[in-house]
Amino acid sequence: MAAEAATTSIDEGLNEDGGRWKDLDKLILRPGTIVGDNFEPGPELKENLMKMVRVLVVGAGGLGCELLKDLALSGFLNLEVIDMDTIDVSNLNRQFLFRFGDVGKPKAEVAAKCVMERISGVNIVPHFCRIEDKDISFFDNFHIIVLGLDSIEARSYINAVACSYLEYDSDGNPSDGIKPMVDGGTEGFKGHARVIIPGLTPCFECNIWLFPPQVKFPLCTLAETPRTAAHCIEYAHLIKWGEALKRAELFGISGVTYSLTQGVVKNIVPAIASTNAIVSAACALEALKIMTDCSKTMSNYLMYNGTEGIHSKMTAFDRDKDCLVCGPGILIELDISVTLSKFIDLLGEHPKLLLSKPSITHRGNNLYMQAPPVLEEMTRSNLNLLLFDLIGKIPKDIIHATGTTSINGKRTSCLRKLRVIFKGTAEDVTDMDTMGAVYRFVDKDNPEFWGYPVPKF
Amino acid sequence: MIKLFKQKEKQREQAENAHGRAPVKKQSAGELRLHKGVSGVEQWRGLGNMSELNLPKTSTIAFPNGKDDLMNFEVTLQPDEGYYLGGSFVFTFQVPPIYPHEAPKVKCKTKVYHPNIDLEGNVCLNILREDWKPVLNINTIVYGLNLLFTQPNDEDPLNQDAAAVLRDNPKLFETNVRRAMAGGYVGQFFFPRCMVGSK
Ligand SMILES: [Zn+2]
Repeated sequence: MAAEAATTSIDEGLNEDGGRWKDLDKLILRPGTIVGDNFEPGPELKENLMKMVRVLVVGAGGLGCELLKDLALSGFLNLEVIDMDTIDVSNLNRQFLFRFGDVGKPKAEVAAKCVMERISGVNIVPHFCRIEDKDISFFDNFHIIVLGLDSIEARSYINAVACSYLEYDSDGNPSDGIKPMVDGGTEGFKGHARVIIPGLTPCFECNIWLFPPQVKFPLCTLAETPRTAAHCIEYAHLIKWGEALKRAELFGISGVTYSLTQGVVKNIVPAIASTNAIVSAACALEALKIMTDCSKTMSNYLMYNGTEGIHSKMTAFDRDKDCLVCGPGILIELDISVTLSKFIDLLGEHPKLLLSKPSITHRGNNLYMQAPPVLEEMTRSNLNLLLFDLIGKIPKDIIHATGTTSINGKRTSCLRKLRVIFKGTAEDVTDMDTMGAVYRFVDKDNPEFWGYPVPKF
Repeated sequence: MIKLFKQKEKQREQAENAHGRAPVKKQSAGELRLHKGVSGVEQWRGLGNMSELNLPKTSTIAFPNGKDDLMNFEVTLQPDEGYYLGGSFVFTFQVPPIYPHEAPKVKCKTKVYHPNIDLEGNVCLNILREDWKPVLNINTIVYGLNLLFTQPNDEDPLNQDAAAVLRDNPKLFETNVRRAMAGGYVGQFFFPRCMVGSK
């Protein structure tokens, strides 16, 4: 019943003449001069946007509320939203999808319900949990991920997930699995919106330095010689938070944890509703541009500052070519018979690596550690095992290696991303046959590929 | 990108039809590369940490959670000179997911009578907080901690009493340190024994 009703209303939405989608129609039904390369205006595009495209919104807080509303009103009718928080009374001033009676309920669920009630035809699936709790396959089906988060850690995580879908061809160009992201962030009167197209524009990790480290006062100053009000607050927060626990015990209150203490303290930075609205609008528009090509996307980082007057600035940041998250890594083709020990030797001989004494890790599993001695001992027994077996018989995968290499005669430690492919495995054959254009294999006998004399593997 | 997504979809379908195979749900690319909840980023950061590790000979490192958790470890310092000679002090390191953007959290697990370490194990070392920079690493911290034991200073006190004694009466300070390390009371506070080879 419910499903049927939803379908009908999407169709109504599509056919609504001069109504809700009047402005959207002007963007995606008519040709233009500053459109993206693949722009094909028309009803089919509109139908795909509304029926095919699935968007994940991460965060249902101040920015998330705005994003859900903006995206739904931009024609993204299949949305999912994930947030681990419940509604606090202090959220109500800006998180406008929530009412007093919603306090204590999950943000994602209330936000989804509220937007669905107000905008006919939109379907929003809420997820009340941490993003880290979701299986990685959860992210498979989304065409685009829009982030409304306030933590660097969560951004870094979702960025790594999105970039992990990326496939590169043998020339190091992205060939498949591009999962675009639009990232918004606000703090007080300042904010940013950025477009991340893994493999093409810098990922979050490429310029993580954009986020200034938090100001940290010396502990001894806080404890012994405070000079400012901030010093006093930080003191209570860091050193005396145990007192909060005692006080809670005294009054029979549960739930005083260190993370809650931090949450409470962090929230004293006032959030500004208008900043959320501005940043969200920029993000929703970019999402629409990325998916429909109705215009070229921003390139690639918009800063907004409303502290004194209104100032905004666009900066085109560069990718970090050696980025361990979004970079192509170095392609290495191997025989199934290669042992870990042999693999380590190969990394030393590989002209693009020349890594001496490398330690090897695969998907959080440390296969071999050269140091410290206690780890070397724990991992030594892997050396004689087959690499293919050690990585769970996966025909092609990413392995990280760290070791030292010589740059201009100076020994430098470095961390490298390696794309290993095992010859003669099922995946190898399938891909060669069916997706020749997508996965072209390295002709390792061709000196041009190496740019050096051909090594013997 | 809608067009691109549709093209890829079509390619996949054609490939499957050409081989006369029923479309099999391909294992997610992401699934192949990541563990749920572990971004991999953390792991290679840990890996980088360990490969750069060059600890002073007065220290040892241990991994209480096994070889695959390099983000939580313990460093034991056994100072080879100064007031704390003969003592053994364990520090817990918690490396944040966005290291080296943020400094590791370091706490002293051993209760110690020290002007720059309080009785809860908070450590006053500038590079752990206000002077942390992403170019620094675990080595720098361990060397810094080592320095705190060979040259405790009364200028940045976390334990005000110990700092005052060190400043005004270094002889008494030495006696207090010895007493605390051997296991005993200094003032009203009890310190468990932490001498090398202690039972
Ligand atoms: Zn990157």
